Amino acid sequence: MSLLPLLIIIPLGSGFLIPLFGRKIKGIADLMAIFAAFLSFALSLLFALELKGSGVLACSIGDWIPPVGLAMVIDGLSGLMLVVMNLVAFLVAIYSVAYVKDSRSKWKFFTLLMIMVSGINGVLLAGDIFNMFVFLEVAAMAGYFLVAFGTGADELEASFKYAVMGVVASVFILIGIAFLYSYTSTLNLADMANTLAIRGPSMVLPFVATLFFMGFGLKAALVPFHAWLPYAHSSAPAPVSAMLSGVSIKVLGIYVLARIFFNVFGLSPAISLILITLGILSMVIGSVLAFGQSDIKRLFAYSSIGQIGYIALGLGIGTPLAIFGALFHLFNHSISKSLLFLNSGAIEHSTGTRDLNKMSGILSAMPVTGYTTLVGSLSICGLPPLAGFWGKIIIIFACIKAGRPAIAFIAASISILTLAYYFKALTPALFGAVKENGSKERVKEASLAMMLPMLILAFVSIAGAVLLLPAVGQFLFNSASSVLSNGAEYANVVIGALK
Amino acid sequence: MSVYLLCLILFSVGLYCVLRMRNIIKIIIGIAIMEYAANLFFILLGYRTHGRSPIYAPDQVVKNMVDPLPQALVAITIAIGLATMLLLVAIAIRIYEKYGTFDITKINRLKG
Repeated sequence: MSLLPLLIIIPLGSGFLIPLFGRKIKGIADLMAIFAAFLSFALSLLFALELKGSGVLACSIGDWIPPVGLAMVIDGLSGLMLVVMNLVAFLVAIYSVAYVKDSRSKWKFFTLLMIMVSGINGVLLAGDIFNMFVFLEVAAMAGYFLVAFGTGADELEASFKYAVMGVVASVFILIGIAFLYSYTSTLNLADMANTLAIRGPSMVLPFVATLFFMGFGLKAALVPFHAWLPYAHSSAPAPVSAMLSGVSIKVLGIYVLARIFFNVFGLSPAISLILITLGILSMVIGSVLAFGQSDIKRLFAYSSIGQIGYIALGLGIGTPLAIFGALFHLFNHSISKSLLFLNSGAIEHSTGTRDLNKMSGILSAMPVTGYTTLVGSLSICGLPPLAGFWGKIIIIFACIKAGRPAIAFIAASISILTLAYYFKALTPALFGAVKENGSKERVKEASLAMMLPMLILAFVSIAGAVLLLPAVGQFLFNSASSVLSNGAEYANVVIGALK
Repeated sequence: MSVYLLCLILFSVGLYCVLRMRNIIKIIIGIAIMEYAANLFFILLGYRTHGRSPIYAPDQVVKNMVDPLPQALVAITIAIGLATMLLLVAIAIRIYEKYGTFDITKINRLKG
């Protein structure tokens, strides 16, 4: 009996147990959520280490002969994503304890958070496309609820807009799945890849690809489909923004797009061109729109759109080096952007405002929050030797090596633009003098439960570059990028492992 | 073929509703219509004319049977659609309490 389903069962089970005990016994909801998130992080680390030996872990639920039964698969790509996403989820769970301390319905928050984690893990584990869709809906649904958690006017408006767009995207995805099923008569991703390879090109694939670009592109907030992101990310509670930006858009959008287009359809020049175009559009428009923002969370939200563009661009270039860079940038952005959103929550908690013009002297009043914000934003801007630098420089080099210097030039200049708007927005808030306004008490540093996750994330985004060394963590990134660059092998590997 | 066309028309009606209506309750109804159209399309893919349910019995030979898998999948998507509908209606009620209107053009406190 394989242990893979535990990654879904543990968060989902805790999601059901928290309402049972959490509303009666005070304080147990936090403990259960943290414990479940830690267990699922530890399990994902365990599986990632196990991957080093075997290359792929797979199990077929109920011992059906594949491709009939439900398959769960961890290969290099999902192994890497599981570790990163569960690390972020675990730290967010710790942070939330301090953030929703005063809320009476704390147990509801942790229930939804755990259901979201189980949905994310389910998407990463799923070996068949319909299962992927169902878990995607679970994670997205928990996301809609969590955005509206504060039930203020802003939260409700953001949640409604996010939910309407998300549901329309899901309908497009469902229709795409229906077309694929009618064409291949199978739902298992590996089996589908084999069938498509045998039947050759047809009119169905471009149509399905378009539907999937609309659906998953909206979940990933690539530019023509990005309208929901600034609303949802800036109105949600800070830990939820961190989950949405660090985890949700990457797993529900980028991971699924990569899995389907690289491993099932095979990367055709047209898909590659669309990915590059969407990537460049997201980079340019996200970064330009970030320039005028005075709300700290909206600034980070638009910057998320810009950085997602880099990841899509790296995947679109499609050479092994570019995919490696895209995955490393995905890891770095996941860590740094969650850190920044957690920081913005701590600042809002202490100062009571999100307006950058009203903030000043964060660095001297709240040293831990201030310095971790500095680390996170420098890492997003891509200053060496922080992890963000390496992801961007690899993507830019890969563009040049692939014979597209113009794209490399755009990517490099957008990187400078990113530095410019972070510098413009954050310098007065961080370095300015502390404002003395007599009546109010001094701004206090965030509590320990908030500081701990922020410090760990800041440490990871400083030390992330170490993972590039061959001895330390390169096997994770290498096996992940080889899964994508040898797209066609996925089917044989998975079917071999399932037998 | 005409069934599929009707299905497409149903889908378009739903999409039109979502895109053009100003009342958020009508938008929610539009989403429901879109989901129905998608589910109907999925069911139609598995339908065979004069097909029967795919239950095997020892003394029967089944020649022409309906594909049961889309039906199982659509049962799940209907459950998902129900959850979405509950969420959207709950939020719509709360929005009405806060804003005093169902008009989506007047619910625009977030800008930029």
